[in-house]
Amino acid sequence: MVETIHVKDRSVVVPGETLAEGMGVLPGFGTFRDGDKIVCSRLGLASVEDKVIKIVPMSGVYQPKLNDRIIARVSDILLSGWRLDTRCPYSAVLSTKDAVTDFIPRGANLAEYFGLNDWLVCKIVNVTSQMLVDVTLKGPGLLKLQGGRIVDVNAAKVPRIVGKDGSMMELIKGATGCDIHVGLNGRVWLKGSPQGEIIAIDAIRMIEAEAHLPGLTEKVNAWLQKHARR
Amino acid sequence: MSAKVGVVPRADGSAMFQIGKTTAIAAVYGPRDLHPKFMQNPETGILRCDYNMLPFSGHGDRVRPGGGRRAREIGMVMENAILPVLDLRAFPNTVVDVFVDLPQTDAGTRCAAITAAAMALADAGIEMKDLPAAVAVGRVGDKFMVDLSYDEEAHEDGVADIPVAMLPRSGKVTLLQMDGDITPDNLKKVLLMAHRAIVRINEVQRAALKERFGAK
Repeated sequence: MVETIHVKDRSVVVPGETLAEGMGVLPGFGTFRDGDKIVCSRLGLASVEDKVIKIVPMSGVYQPKLNDRIIARVSDILLSGWRLDTRCPYSAVLSTKDAVTDFIPRGANLAEYFGLNDWLVCKIVNVTSQMLVDVTLKGPGLLKLQGGRIVDVNAAKVPRIVGKDGSMMELIKGATGCDIHVGLNGRVWLKGSPQGEIIAIDAIRMIEAEAHLPGLTEKVNAWLQKHARR
Repeated sequence: MSAKVGVVPRADGSAMFQIGKTTAIAAVYGPRDLHPKFMQNPETGILRCDYNMLPFSGHGDRVRPGGGRRAREIGMVMENAILPVLDLRAFPNTVVDVFVDLPQTDAGTRCAAITAAAMALADAGIEMKDLPAAVAVGRVGDKFMVDLSYDEEAHEDGVADIPVAMLPRSGKVTLLQMDGDITPDNLKKVLLMAHRAIVRINEVQRAALKERFGAK
């Protein structure tokens, strides 16, 4: 049977759009098979690789996944841990054994370690079928954030903000002198000079708005050269 | 007829749809934590639609704000019209909230609301098997019409007002209501007219969604 692919690579596709026909083409993320057709189920960019068609989404809430590094806010203090707001429909729990190396006696005041509204960079270690999420603070690069400011971004665009092997982040850090942490849940923490922070936020907003366009790294680089070197 | 996506920046997804003199603005929030908690379903997320005609949007008297029996019913038929294309099992215990406001109306509001809500849901990145669209068809005297206006609905010599929502790809009907009377043969005739109109509305929806990202 002849296979026909109706969409170009990196073209914008919408739910219900027929992407390809024929049993030789395989449905990837954001698509499903209906008879011999492959139909789109998410708004995003089509990605055609050999015989597989998948969708790179442009929007959507963050869905917790194992080993994701996220930035979370302490929203409550429990008997033996902390409840964290993860900027998704489900909260996460940080238990005392995953939080600190010290021995914490029963009945200790946990607010002495992490208080309400503290910001933590943590890693997801367990996600159940009912979306109960456990996180840890033990690991390289996991820490409690001090000062700085938090910017919320579209979680679907975080990979573009980070760039290939962190290239985009290095670019912004180098140009603005800010210390930046990016959580996969669409939260960015940054700390630097007031001017540097503003330029870094503008750059991040620009990447977020133009994440679907090619040649973004060069554009951001040129923009930073113009604005950050003044 | 026109449509625009991304009209409410603070929402997770939003859209405006205008057909004739009726305009609907839809905003989607979620999937998000669902309260009251007894409504939570551990097997799937749920859809909650809120339909709201603004006070001076329609003909005649001021619409009393704050929702009522009619708004609640239309919210329910919107949910029923959209749910067949959604699969929220990946988001147990959550809710997807859809708020539709109608600042300007001239009949066909539930259809405009469903069409706008479908675009807003797609914009919010929610997985959908198709993009539902809706239109009112009917009979005014001995004429068959698509997208009836308020004056046409108010015609005295026998009217049938039939709001229809369909899935454009498969042609399956997800909403079919009727006010008035029509013969079975004529009903088939107007449903075919509805399908043709819905395919055209769907083209407008798709173009608006693509335009949001600069594509045509």
